[in-house]
Amino acid sequence: MSNLQVSIYRYNPETDSAPYMQEFQVDTKGRDVMVLDVLHMMKEQDSGLAFRRSCREGVCGSDGMNMNGKNGLACITPLSDVVKGNKLTLRPLPGLPVIRDMVVDMGLFYKQYERIQPYLQNDTPAPAIERLQSPEERDKLDGLYECILCACCSTSCPSFWWNPDKFVGPAGLLQSYRFLADSRDTATSERLTDLEDPFSVFRCRGIMNCVAVCPKGLNPTRAIGKIREMLLADAT
Amino acid sequence: MVTNITSFGRSGLSDWLMQRFSAVVLALYTVFIVAYLLFNPNLDYYAWTALFDQTWMRIFSLLAFISVAAHAWIGLWTVTTDYLKSTFVRVGAQSLIILAIFVYLVWGIQILWGA
Repeated sequence: MSNLQVSIYRYNPETDSAPYMQEFQVDTKGRDVMVLDVLHMMKEQDSGLAFRRSCREGVCGSDGMNMNGKNGLACITPLSDVVKGNKLTLRPLPGLPVIRDMVVDMGLFYKQYERIQPYLQNDTPAPAIERLQSPEERDKLDGLYECILCACCSTSCPSFWWNPDKFVGPAGLLQSYRFLADSRDTATSERLTDLEDPFSVFRCRGIMNCVAVCPKGLNPTRAIGKIREMLLADAT
Repeated sequence: MVTNITSFGRSGLSDWLMQRFSAVVLALYTVFIVAYLLFNPNLDYYAWTALFDQTWMRIFSLLAFISVAAHAWIGLWTVTTDYLKSTFVRVGAQSLIILAIFVYLVWGIQILWGA
């Protein structure tokens, strides 16, 4: 078994005039390790290599990256899922400004998240106990609240690449629907009004890259369809 | 709040609805014309003009023309806002597209109702 050939995106704006791809030979000892383990083996060879990681179990969403052309979390992606012909190409999440190597500036992604007001809004007086939901109402939030904001979906979306300042993106819209669907939220019509322009929701062309890459198996395209249904019901 | 003054209906929801409605009209018109041509293999000028002399066919055709105009405007507006990042180039392209759509629409009406 020959060593794994890894080609990784390198860029240090303080010393490099342009980004370049660096080749590594990594000995995985024939084991089917996770891509994150390979990154650590590379960091042993070159301690200057920069990437984000934290929980290493697919919960924190720090190590979203592009592995052989597909976005995903390095910590829960085994080599057998992505490596073809003993070669692995690692790039930062596409479309976001690179700070250094695999570390990207998530500012625009968070700005769009902030824009959809991702918190419960309720203008009725607070009850003495919790605001209760029926099991059916609670079921509507399944498949929405699990998002870890790793940005794999939004950075695989061409509509987000071209208009990251105006199109909310799949991650933001999934969270937007999470609050639109919540029986305890009373700001539904204000939320919908903020989304009816030609960009925020409607720049989605339904190509479902977001669904294909989501490491948590969520479906932003379905949520976007539900938002469109709510907008239509509200305005016609 | 994101706004855009050059989009067809100034609202994403109305553009989206119009795009789908016009698509259905165009699909029906295409199916009808193709079926008509298939079922009339020896079509001559008189049969063709007789078809377009009927009021329902003129209404159907005009609906299809207007649908093409709206569909093209919404679709190409989306393409220009995606890919043309220079404001000067984008507004120029949008003006040309809208002008072309207007010319084709008037030309189509003239063919439909002209002598």
